[in-house]
Amino acid sequence: MSSNATHYVAPVKAEQVVVDAVRLDEKKSNLWLDAWRDLRRRPLFWISVVMCAIIVVVALWPSLFTSVPPQGSGACFLSKSNAGPEPGHPLGFTRLGCDVWSRLVHGTSVSMAVGLMATAIGTLIGVIMGALAAFYGGFLDSLLSRVGDIFFTIPYIVAAIVVMTVVPRDLRNELVLAFAIGGFSWASTARIMRAEVLRVKQLDFVMASVSLGLSRFKTLVVHVLPNALAPVIVVATIGLGSAIVAEATLSFLGVGLGGVSWGADISQAQTSIRTSPMALFWPSLALTVTVLAFVTLGELLRDALDPKSRAQR
Amino acid sequence: MATYILRRIIQVIPVFIGATLLIYFMVFGMPGDPIAALFGDKQPPQAVIDQIRERYLLDQPFIVQYLNYLAGILRFDLGTTFTGQSVGEVLGRTFPVTLRLAVLSILIAFVLSIVIGATSAMLKGTVYDHFQLVVALIFIAVPIFVLAFMAQYFLAVQLGWFKPTVGGQNNWGDLWLPALVLGFSVYAASMRLTRSSMIESLGQDWVRTAYSKGLTRGRVIPVHVLRNSLIPMVTDTATNFGILMVGATVTEGIFNVPGVGNALYQAILRHETPTVVSFVTVFVVVYVLVNLLVDLLYGLLDPRIRYVK
Amino acid sequence: MTEIQNEVVTSRAARREATKENAVTEPLLKIRGLNVSFGTGKKAREVLHGVDLDVYPGETVAIVGESGSGKSTTAAAVIDLLPGTGKVTGGTIELDGVDITRASRREMESIRGREIGYVPQDPMSNLNPVWSIGFQVEEAIRANGLASGRREVRARAIEVLQNAGLADAERRLHQFPHQFSGGMRQRALIGIGLAADPKLLIADEPTSALDVTVQRVILDHLASLTRDKGTSVLFITHDLGLAADRADRIVVMNQGEIVEAGPSRVILENPQHPYTQRLVAAAPSLASQRIQAAVEERGVEHLEDVADAHPVVEVRDLTKDYRIRKGGFRSEPFRAVDGVSFQIPRGKTLALVGESGSGKSTVAKMVLQLETATSGQILIDGKDTAQMGQKDVFRLRSRMQPVFQDPYGSLDPLRSIGALIAEPLRIHGVGDEKSRQARVFELLEQVSLPRELAWRYPNELSGGQRQRIAIARALALKPAIVVLDEAVSALDVLVQDQILKLLADLQGELGLTYLFITHDLAVVRVAADLVCVMEKGRVVEQGTVDEIFANPQEAYTQRLLDAIPGASVNLAGH
Repeated sequence: MSSNATHYVAPVKAEQVVVDAVRLDEKKSNLWLDAWRDLRRRPLFWISVVMCAIIVVVALWPSLFTSVPPQGSGACFLSKSNAGPEPGHPLGFTRLGCDVWSRLVHGTSVSMAVGLMATAIGTLIGVIMGALAAFYGGFLDSLLSRVGDIFFTIPYIVAAIVVMTVVPRDLRNELVLAFAIGGFSWASTARIMRAEVLRVKQLDFVMASVSLGLSRFKTLVVHVLPNALAPVIVVATIGLGSAIVAEATLSFLGVGLGGVSWGADISQAQTSIRTSPMALFWPSLALTVTVLAFVTLGELLRDALDPKSRAQR
Repeated sequence: MATYILRRIIQVIPVFIGATLLIYFMVFGMPGDPIAALFGDKQPPQAVIDQIRERYLLDQPFIVQYLNYLAGILRFDLGTTFTGQSVGEVLGRTFPVTLRLAVLSILIAFVLSIVIGATSAMLKGTVYDHFQLVVALIFIAVPIFVLAFMAQYFLAVQLGWFKPTVGGQNNWGDLWLPALVLGFSVYAASMRLTRSSMIESLGQDWVRTAYSKGLTRGRVIPVHVLRNSLIPMVTDTATNFGILMVGATVTEGIFNVPGVGNALYQAILRHETPTVVSFVTVFVVVYVLVNLLVDLLYGLLDPRIRYVK
Repeated sequence: MTEIQNEVVTSRAARREATKENAVTEPLLKIRGLNVSFGTGKKAREVLHGVDLDVYPGETVAIVGESGSGKSTTAAAVIDLLPGTGKVTGGTIELDGVDITRASRREMESIRGREIGYVPQDPMSNLNPVWSIGFQVEEAIRANGLASGRREVRARAIEVLQNAGLADAERRLHQFPHQFSGGMRQRALIGIGLAADPKLLIADEPTSALDVTVQRVILDHLASLTRDKGTSVLFITHDLGLAADRADRIVVMNQGEIVEAGPSRVILENPQHPYTQRLVAAAPSLASQRIQAAVEERGVEHLEDVADAHPVVEVRDLTKDYRIRKGGFRSEPFRAVDGVSFQIPRGKTLALVGESGSGKSTVAKMVLQLETATSGQILIDGKDTAQMGQKDVFRLRSRMQPVFQDPYGSLDPLRSIGALIAEPLRIHGVGDEKSRQARVFELLEQVSLPRELAWRYPNELSGGQRQRIAIARALALKPAIVVLDEAVSALDVLVQDQILKLLADLQGELGLTYLFITHDLAVVRVAADLVCVMEKGRVVEQGTVDEIFANPQEAYTQRLLDAIPGASVNLAGH
């Protein structure tokens, strides 16, 4: 190679001669399988999954964790206002004399119920609006996008505040609250869905599917939607955390459910923050830990499902 | 560019009408007696009821009511509170305070998110990056009122670094604690966005070309990476603004800052629905304007919009 | 300046003198035993194994290889711009006798631009969209100390763009990348790369993203610039014919190693290594020449020899108009296809060839009933598709199937391969679960893939393998017509050759009729019987492939033919 007229030929190696060999020895791979394989290696993933599981269990079966009722005349004694812990009441009492631990446990059910319903409603509306707008395009897209803009402009907590202020106290239940939150927070999900569907729509397999004879609508449902769902699932998981915070904020402001709720407890305890801060601390901790579990899970899912960061691994 | 601006402005109008209509409908358009909706359990004196009926034209068809309300907004006439003050006057008093708070908070959030986001992106995968992720997750998860109470308790009551409440007479310095609370509650999501935007920019082909020209890292990062990430960061600031407005309501209440949020907070607690509606309308109008401004700024930053082929 | 910078600069002066006197002693660029690895610790993998390479002053050396061969990695290693976690783990790279693998970051920064210039592949993604062209040229000028002060820098920038062949350079300075065409952007990048008059220019597939006629003009211009300045060029390409045209020496790489190297003529006329031999046999630009030579001997096939009274596909006066939004609120009509007519006889392949914007893909989509024609007729088996009802169109689909260009986008990533191939059978209600599975295995065998793949996902396959799956899917319903829309354009040369052979075999076995869309005239020579040359929506010329190649009538056709690389090398005897 030291003169520019030489003809160099390397020794022949067998494996260099085969063209485009199929490798069957590696594991099966698609988006979800790869994401799963990536997630299960991370300790943070398992921590958040376990936390979420515990929270769900507590929410579904509160009586397994406490036998003291969280409210009502049989359980709350004003004489015990802000009292410290005692046998049977490990975390002490609230300002109104109710058992703190019991209210923590039952508050979980409330938060999870409202959170899950609100997220389900918001995600469902968002997915439908976004998918329809992106797939059919044209006038429908403009119309639905404008509607989305309108809902996007009103911060959903503010709208929920207005709705709950207007709803008479006796009609306030979990479902109404869930609709108030979910019915206004769908716009960002719709935008994400729309962007994803637009991206997937361009890919050749959509054209291939239509030229096979599948109707455009069936193609949307069978081929496009499943491939567009990944970011929506991420946003929904994180959104669950936001919905729980929304419920707590509304209860804190006094326009929530009024009964058992971490937000209401925090609001109650704020006047005695200097004398007995623990009554404020416990529901705050419960709220933080719950939201943290779901938000962490969502962020980890996002990293695992992101095609760009996967390619680098 | 001119058509872009024009189109954006035109698009804002139906959104503005739609949003105000929606708010108005939620309060006054639902089945049932709007008076009951407005006052809840309280039973106001008949004189007040009559006044409300007259002011909001409750005997007229819905569409007339709405148009009357809309006209009021455009005239800057937003009605009066139950204590007889004009909402406009209350706004005049409280808006400057909230503005100061907002500016401080946005500044804190912006600086935090850019610095931490950029450094996390450049040190991707290191212990620093993971640490910042965990910290960000905690701040995303902690609700703002919890953060406010903790800050109040630890920084003001225990450590005495700040005054626990702000009160009537205040200047810029007194607003630091609530601004810190607001800024920290909002920076985390922005930081994640800055980080992923920077990572994407760092991987772009034109960055490699820039280096191949012989440019130093000190030039390539700000000019070819950060500058391109500005666009998503600017749009993100608009979203933050909406979150800050809600956060301000709670924060001003807890720290007793005499701003717009606190006024809204008090109105909610007192169940003064018409006042709530007025304030919410103001919020929405401001948010619409901020979004419009951001969209226009976006047009300035991206030459592909400024100069259409 | 540091030691290395000083050395490099003084030896450059000496080099210029040496080149002028034609005294060739030492190579300008000397790579010995270069190893490059990606990843750290346990995940480290070596991608370049012991690469040796010389580039002498004033000469052009081409590195030829398929994707994954390491050609781009070698180029990136020279200029120290390896992506991600890449780093040099062994060997030396000497520029004018100085080992630059040991250079510090600052030293490399001064070497880049001034001593080594770089022209990247994709002109769209390599220019920052938010800064003007002038800004990006001027910063190169400033960084390499070519001028100082606003007016001088501005003047130099205009000079750079003018030398790169951009007319109206002063106005162009203020424009942005999105306002330039692809060819103009690439010229700007070439101008930037040569701005500081470097000794060595690395051109990494500089024209593969451009139309073939534009390619030729730009490469000619690049050749004249480098010839005048005495610049050495390290030219990276996947096209052996192009390498032969443009380079003095060719280096062939495969899987991170050099398999053969030598003067261009020698490599093409007498390849020794089996891999090189396969490349020479498979490269369409070279293959087309061989076929041409053979045809000249046996005689030209004419249209009468091939035409059929009842063509399977017939297109008459097909037209398609779109409405394009022009900024503001107006929209303009745009004629993508203008009065196109052709016929495809049974069992033959008709190629629609043209550059981007010629309308060829739109024609394919209309034939596939994916778009409706504005006017004109499409007759399949003599029946007008416009007259067909929904049920008839559905049945028609089973007779006519597509294979698309992007192997990474044409298969639903969430479906198993077996499900994808069986889908057409399911949609048209053919057979039951068991017979469908049997058919899937049959099809996999027909495209030479193992049947175990039926339970796997598209993610795991290479581009060529995915295209074979797409072909298997297209054949599931036993169609008579297959529309191949740039089906091999995204594939490596050897894989492309394999797929074309597969398609030819299947055509013979099953009596298929192909409509073959491509931008590559060389592939047309290899793969088609009839050809329609399209430009801007119109058919410029059509006939048998033999006729068009031997005796082109239109100037545009001649330009396309001239642009096929490798014309300068005579391959008689191979």
